[in-house]
Amino acid sequence: MSTVVPTKFSRRSFLRTSSLASGGMLIGFNFFTACKDTVKMPVDIAKLNYNDFNAFIKISDEGMVTIFSPNPEIGQGVKTSMPMIIAEELDVPWENVNVVQGILDTQNYTRQVAGGSQSIRFGWDALRQTGATARQLLVNAAAARWGVDPSECSAKQGVITNAKGETLGYGDVVKEAALLQIPESEGEVEEGKSENPEFKDEKSEAVTAAIKLKDPSEYTIIGTDVGNVDIDEIITGKPLFGLDYKTEGMVYASVLRPPAFGQVLESYDDTAAKAIPGVIDVIMFGEKAKALLNKAAAEINWTAKLASTDKVAVIAENSWAAIKGKKALKAVWSDATPLENTQAHDKILTDLLDGNEFKSLRKDGDVKKAFRQADKVVERTYESPFLPHNTMEPMNFFADVQDSKILLVGPVQTPADAAVTVAEMLNRDEKDIRLEMTRMGGGFGRRLYGDFVYEAAEISDKIGKPVKMFSTREDDMMTGVYRPAIKYRIAASIKDGEITGYRLKEAAINGNMYGLIPNFFPAGAIENYQVDVANYNSNITTGAWRAPYTNFLSYAEQAFLDELAEITEKDPVQMRLDLLEKVKGTTDDRIQYSAERLQDVLKLAVEKSMYREPKEGVFQGVCAYYCHNTHVAEVADVVMEGDQPVVKKITVAVDCGIVINPLGAKNQIEGGAIDGVGHSMYGDFAFENGMPTSNNYDKYRLIRMNETPVVETHFVKNTLSPTGLGEPTLPPAGAAVAIAIKKATGNRLYKQPFANNMNSKPILG
Amino acid sequence: MPTYTLKINGSSQSIEAAEDTPLLWALRDQLDMVGTKFGCGIGQCGACTVHIDGNATRSCQLQISQLDGKEITTIEGLSEDGSHPVQEAWKEIDVPQCGYCQAGQIMTASAFLEKNPNPSQEEIRNAMHGNICRCASYNRIETAVAKAAEKKMA
Repeated sequence: MSTVVPTKFSRRSFLRTSSLASGGMLIGFNFFTACKDTVKMPVDIAKLNYNDFNAFIKISDEGMVTIFSPNPEIGQGVKTSMPMIIAEELDVPWENVNVVQGILDTQNYTRQVAGGSQSIRFGWDALRQTGATARQLLVNAAAARWGVDPSECSAKQGVITNAKGETLGYGDVVKEAALLQIPESEGEVEEGKSENPEFKDEKSEAVTAAIKLKDPSEYTIIGTDVGNVDIDEIITGKPLFGLDYKTEGMVYASVLRPPAFGQVLESYDDTAAKAIPGVIDVIMFGEKAKALLNKAAAEINWTAKLASTDKVAVIAENSWAAIKGKKALKAVWSDATPLENTQAHDKILTDLLDGNEFKSLRKDGDVKKAFRQADKVVERTYESPFLPHNTMEPMNFFADVQDSKILLVGPVQTPADAAVTVAEMLNRDEKDIRLEMTRMGGGFGRRLYGDFVYEAAEISDKIGKPVKMFSTREDDMMTGVYRPAIKYRIAASIKDGEITGYRLKEAAINGNMYGLIPNFFPAGAIENYQVDVANYNSNITTGAWRAPYTNFLSYAEQAFLDELAEITEKDPVQMRLDLLEKVKGTTDDRIQYSAERLQDVLKLAVEKSMYREPKEGVFQGVCAYYCHNTHVAEVADVVMEGDQPVVKKITVAVDCGIVINPLGAKNQIEGGAIDGVGHSMYGDFAFENGMPTSNNYDKYRLIRMNETPVVETHFVKNTLSPTGLGEPTLPPAGAAVAIAIKKATGNRLYKQPFANNMNSKPILG
Repeated sequence: MPTYTLKINGSSQSIEAAEDTPLLWALRDQLDMVGTKFGCGIGQCGACTVHIDGNATRSCQLQISQLDGKEITTIEGLSEDGSHPVQEAWKEIDVPQCGYCQAGQIMTASAFLEKNPNPSQEEIRNAMHGNICRCASYNRIETAVAKAAEKKMA
C-alpha cells in the first residue's frame, strides 16, 4: 500500500491562482472536482467565491498564510488537522498559519460534510497536492528571479534557498508566483488540463517545474501535537457557535411541534402567548416544507416525517419570551397515524426475527447445511434502544430571507443539502443563497439533517425578518432524529470445536445496515456466512447516530465471539487472530478491512493492557473491530466496587494510518471510547403513546466525569494514508465493557443499556 | 418592563427585562455576553455556569430579580486575556473537542479550586460531575483541573 493515492484530476484543473489587489497571492482549489475552465479567481479577498472553489489559501507579502478551511467543524478537529496537511507540503512554520472557516460551495459541492469520519480520508490527497503545488509555484518564481533552474532551489519553513545560498521569503515572490502556470507532477496525465485560451493567456509558460510530495520521513508538522486553532476563543467565551450568532433587527423563534410522533396540528390558541411581554407574534408555518417534501415522499423518510405537519412559531424579542410564549400556547393535536410505543416495538422486532421476511445482504457458502451438520448451534439475541443525539448546543439556525437574497447562518453538517432544499422550498435560485457555517456544539449525526434550517428559512420568509430559530433541550430530545432501536440474532454452528457457520439477522426500526457493513469482520473469516435484515417502518424519525449501525453491531458481534470462545474453550484473543488468519489473501473486494492490521491492533491492545497478566481484582474484556476505515482494538478494565462493576480503564490500540495531529487524534479516540462506554452503560430512550419518556437530563442519563474510565491510546505506527477518528473508537467500547463485566460478575449482557441490569443509580447534575 | 442593575465582571450593567428572566438569557440576549451557554435550562448540564459571589452557579436557574448586590462573574470576566490558570491549563492540555460546554467546565473548575486549591483526583472527579461534556473530553478536563491547581500553587 502506498501513501500516494492517484488523483483523477490534474492540478491545473482543480487549482487556480491570482494576485490579490491588496498584495499577496490567492490559491483556490476544490476537493475532487475539476473546476470549470471559465472560472476566474478573485483579486479581492472579500469576494472569495465559494461557488467555484471550496477552499482557499492566501499568502501575504509578509509570508503569512491564511487557510480558508472548507469542512464544517463539529469537534472532530478537522479545522486544525486539514490545514496542517496543507502547511506541511507548503512548508511554512505553523505559527505563520491562520485558519478561517470557509462558507458554503453550492455549485461544485463535493464533500463539505462532517460525517462518517471521512474528512481526512478524502482530503488527504487533495490537500497535500495543493500545498506542494503552492510551494513549487513559489520556488519557480524565485528561480525565475534568480535566473536559475528551479531544481537548484529548495524551500523550507517559508524560505527559498538557491545553490549560492541566497534566500527569498515566500512573501517576496508571491506576486510573480501568482502569474505562473500551475506545475504538474512528473509524468502526470494531464487529462483535466485547461483548454481555455483565456485562462492560458493569463499565465506565463516560461518557468515550470514539476511538484513532488514529501516523503513522510520529511514531515515537520504532520505527526506533531498541534493545539485546536480555536482554543483561545473557546476558553474566553467568544461567539463561535450558531446560537451565539446575532444581527441587527434579529428576532427569536421557538417552535411548537407535535408532542408525539404520529400527531398533527389541528388548532391552537395563542391568546395567552401573545400577552407575554416580548412576544411579537405567533404564526403557523410548515406548509412550504410539507409541500416540498410530500412531493418526494414516495418513501417514508425522516424529512417527510419531521415536516409532515403544520407547526406554530412564537416570534419574540428575546429567547426567554419565545420560550415562555411557547409554553403558554394551547394546541390541539390529532393522531394522523397510530402512536407507537417501545413495548410494541419490542414485540415487532422479535416477530421480525422469528419471521421469514428477510433481505439478504451477504451469503457465503451454505449456512443451513453447516448448521445441520454441526455438533452444536449457539444462538443469542442482542437488543438496543433508540438513542437521541443530545448535542450540547441545541438545534438552531439563523435565516434572513429577503427579496433578492437569502442569508443562512448556523451549525449544519450538510450545508449544501440544506441550501439546495431551502432554494427549492422557497422557489428561489440557489445562487441567491449564502450559507455560512458556524462552529458546531456537537453533531453525532443530528446535524446531518437540515430540518431546523428549513424551519428557520420558512419562518423568516413568512415574517419578513431575520430570525434565529432555536430549540430547547426538550424540543431536541422529544422531536429528534434517533438512532433506531435494533435487535440482532446471531447464530453459529460449531463442529469439532471450530466455527463452521455464522448467521446474523437484523431487525431494525425504519432502516437496515447498509454499504459495506455486512462485510465487516467476521465476514470473510467463516466459510458459511449469512447476513439477513428486516425492518419495520415506524412514524418515529430515525437516522445516523455516531458510527451508524456499528455503534451497536460491534457490541453484538464481538460479545458473541467472546461467548463462542468460551463455549469452544478457546482463548478469545487467539480465536480472533486465527479467524483473521483465514481472511488473509482474500480476493473478495467487499472485504475492505485488513486482517493484518486488525491482528496488529489486537496484539498491541493485548500487550499494552497487560491482558495476559491482569492485576488482582481487575477483569478485562477484549475486542477488535473495523469500521469507518479504521482498525481498532480495545481492552476494558472492570473492577467490582461492592456489588457494582465499574469501568476503570479502556486501552485503545488504533491503526488510522499516518496520524496527522496526535494531540487532536487522541482527543477523538478518548471521547469516542468514553462515549461508547457511556451509551452502552446508560443510554436509554423509550416511547409511550408516540412520546419519548424522557425529555431532559434529569430523566436521560449521560455519562459524567466521576463515571469515566481513563483511556490510554496506542497507535500502530505506519505511513499508510490517514483515516478518520470521529467514530471508530466508539463501537468497540460497548463490547469490551460487556465482556469485562461478564468476567467480573459471571453475567452475560444481551441488552443495552447495561446499567438497567445492574441496579446502578444515576447521578444528576 | 422593569429595569435591573447587575454587577457583572466588576462593572454595573443596566438591563430592561421581565423579572423572571434567567440570568443566562439576560447575559446572552440583552448583554451580548454569549460565552455562557444554554444546554438544558434545568440546571442539569452545567453549560451555563457562572460565579455568584465566587460560587459556581447555574445561570439558567437564577432570575435577574434575585441578583441585587451580587457579584457576577462570567467566562468573559474570568480573566482579561484568557490567562486565568484554569484557562491556561485548558489550553496546555488542549481540552476542547466541540468546545460548547467548556466555558461552563472552566467556571466550575475555577470556583472549585478557590475552595479546594489542592484537590485529590477523586475530589476533582466529584466536583466536576455536574458538567456534561457530550464529546466526553472528561479525561482531559480532569487532567487540566489538576494542572490548573499546580499552576495556582506555583
